[in-house]
Amino acid sequence: MNGSRWACWIALPCAVALWTLIALVVQTPLLPTPVAVFDTFWRATQSGELPEHLLVTLRRVLFAFVLAMALGTLLGVWMGRSRLANAVLDPLLVLFLNLPALVTIILLYVWFGLVEAAAVLAVVINKVPNVAVTVREGARSIDPKLEQMALVYRFTRWQRIRHVWLPQLFPYLMAATRGGLALIWKIVLVVELLGRSDGIGFQLHMAFQVFDVASILAYSLAFIAVVQLIELALLQPLERRASSWREAGVRHA
Amino acid sequence: MLELRLDGRHPVLGMIDAQVREGDRICLLGPSGVGKTTLLNGIAGLDPQLRPMIGQRAGLRVGYLFQEHRLLPWRTVRQNLALVGAGAADIERLLAEVGLSGAADSLPDQLSLGMARRAALARCLAIKPDLLLLDEPFASLDAERAAELRGLIARLLDQHPAMAMICVTHDPRDADDLANRLWYLGGAPATLRCDEPPGSAVNLSQLSERQRRA
Repeated sequence: MNGSRWACWIALPCAVALWTLIALVVQTPLLPTPVAVFDTFWRATQSGELPEHLLVTLRRVLFAFVLAMALGTLLGVWMGRSRLANAVLDPLLVLFLNLPALVTIILLYVWFGLVEAAAVLAVVINKVPNVAVTVREGARSIDPKLEQMALVYRFTRWQRIRHVWLPQLFPYLMAATRGGLALIWKIVLVVELLGRSDGIGFQLHMAFQVFDVASILAYSLAFIAVVQLIELALLQPLERRASSWREAGVRHA
Repeated sequence: MLELRLDGRHPVLGMIDAQVREGDRICLLGPSGVGKTTLLNGIAGLDPQLRPMIGQRAGLRVGYLFQEHRLLPWRTVRQNLALVGAGAADIERLLAEVGLSGAADSLPDQLSLGMARRAALARCLAIKPDLLLLDEPFASLDAERAAELRGLIARLLDQHPAMAMICVTHDPRDADDLANRLWYLGGAPATLRCDEPPGSAVNLSQLSERQRRA
């Protein structure tokens, strides 16, 4: 237990050390040292350029995320509860699950032009099927015995959703959220690279033109840090709070 | 308050014609798997096929004590009672009545089987039922806990003379303590083989005999 608490601090410093070592040996601007990357990061932050593009990207990520979660959850619950809806929509779901993100992005840009709505919609279309599949699994696992109970005790529709369904769907919503955040920000970068004039993806595109590897690493590491922060500060506390009743049951057993 | 007019088109239950009136305390006996719970579910309105065959007085409130507690495991006992519409004062009174005053803020899975069943019974009573459905309320309790719960239910029935009850059980002796009427469900499809008041030794031995044969 004590050993594993510190174990997570082994791999990252080792990787940074190895990176430094190789960078010092090869001595090329195509592989800058961590210090050089941090230097680039610091200058871009001070100039206000990095925070600006980061916020633009973050806004797109959150907007697409909320939309995709809402639509995917509705679709997933509907397909999980209704055999007919599932039979009708499942082939479409499979199709969209296998549609490459790049294709959706290109098509939407072609059809609607290089506009913000097309960018966000492309991300949403890519993410909704994943959310729907995960949530459908949850909706199928809803306990029929508690459904009977809710029927006998005349729960209102809202009580049923809030007190019977939501706690049962929560682990699935959490899984969709985790996977969602990770997937969405990667797709947003591609969307920005292909058709927006701001955001981290756009900056990566500019850096790519001049082979500015230090900038590429500085921007991506900054965004990884932000996503990790959301996970630690928001998602994990939320999950701990919502699943505390499970631990109480285990303690008794 | 309740009229059963089952016409035999149900896969498990055959022709059943019976009525439940105010103050009826019915013990429903019969071999395992004969359809006792199916009948109880039908009366509670949970079986779409049976719904048209069961006439209910308008506004009839049915409290159902399932075999499992079926409390929401992520809500405390107090919250579970509040969810069916009990006010704060009612909750305290009900929990005191079933002997769970100290467990109001526990989660159902923190309770023992007997306590969880009493919490579920408190939820039944919280809706002020006209008809109480009990599905094997004494199953898997030790003799002492079972006797305690039997006493509690008998007391509650005395307090609410108009309340009707249908209690599924395997033990004809439960009938002596709780029932003024016996239903015996048997056969396939299952029908009511007898509908009579309990109490006499003759009746009990007949029932045991029927149960052995079934």
